[in-house]
Amino acid sequence: MKLKTKDGGWNPYFAGALVGILAILSVYATTALMGKTNYIGASTTFVRAVGFVEQVFASEHVAANAYFAATKIKVDWQFMLVIGIFLGALISSLTGKSFKLEKVPPIWQERFGSSVTKRVVGAFLGGIVAMIGARLADGCPSGHGLSGMMQLSVSSFVALVLFFAAGALTAAIVYKRRVS
Amino acid sequence: MSTDQILGLVTGIVFGFLMQKGRVIRFEKQIGALLIKDMTIFKFMLSAIMIGMVGIFILSDMGVTTLSHKPMNVGAVVIGGILFGIGWAVMGFCPGTSSAALGEGRLHAIFAILGMLVGAAIFAELYPLLSSTVMAWKDFGKIGLQDAFSVSHWVLVPIFWAAVIGLFFLFEKKGL
Repeated sequence: MKLKTKDGGWNPYFAGALVGILAILSVYATTALMGKTNYIGASTTFVRAVGFVEQVFASEHVAANAYFAATKIKVDWQFMLVIGIFLGALISSLTGKSFKLEKVPPIWQERFGSSVTKRVVGAFLGGIVAMIGARLADGCPSGHGLSGMMQLSVSSFVALVLFFAAGALTAAIVYKRRVS
Repeated sequence: MSTDQILGLVTGIVFGFLMQKGRVIRFEKQIGALLIKDMTIFKFMLSAIMIGMVGIFILSDMGVTTLSHKPMNVGAVVIGGILFGIGWAVMGFCPGTSSAALGEGRLHAIFAILGMLVGAAIFAELYPLLSSTVMAWKDFGKIGLQDAFSVSHWVLVPIFWAAVIGLFFLFEKKGL
């Protein structure tokens, strides 16, 4: 088995195993330093981030909302984790010379052409639907997929199977026809 | 910055770095997996889970850390899971990888992030309605497979490992 992939990346089994070690260190470190075990996740941060935005022009509305109240709008551990993910990928791609400014990704372009507008609309609408789903299911591929599966949570098995099944079905429909 | 924030930032930087090295954050890798053409993201995720679960169960057995299952709320997980899958296939990122993809220069991730912020706002508005309907159907609570089958997690871990290793051999055999 090769340690480097053709595109210059690391073997995904190896990089994934390192994330497993990171997850173990993280549950230990959060417990030791924060007094409570925290598991890696990402989607709750989007609730907090939009809560900050809404607070600027509708602070009373935000204060009255049960979900914002339960989520607590603050820049917490997970919020910084999501910012860290951005920085980590930036550092890795710049130092590894794989940083690339891209407006329309290849598979999308084969199906929908090079229109930036189409891709913007797709990313935006997909984002809306995905986040409503992630908040309803109480997790995304990080919270359910990694952290939940590591604990053998029933909800995470169900969620991950449905993420993949619905995603595969949608992808088969959306990316099937190719533009010539 | 508080200790919590510094810890989150450092953890995130390492996580983002490893995801970028593993090449799992790109649109073509995410969609490649959904089209069952390139299983890189599943090789990465399942490897992380295999290693992570061993340490997490050892730490919780020692009483050092606590487990935190997300509730098996049937309506919420099923409908939420399906909606996420549909959105994921169109967006081509998940919440964590959208942040990483932007770091890698994928500018279209900005619009995925904006969409997800709007989605989070919509969910907050729908929450009272959802919590009295979809989320009120049936909740099995915060359970793990170990609770559902009344067995030690150490019985399930080797079974999980065996199943995943079998899947890895299949991926390699099929050149996925």
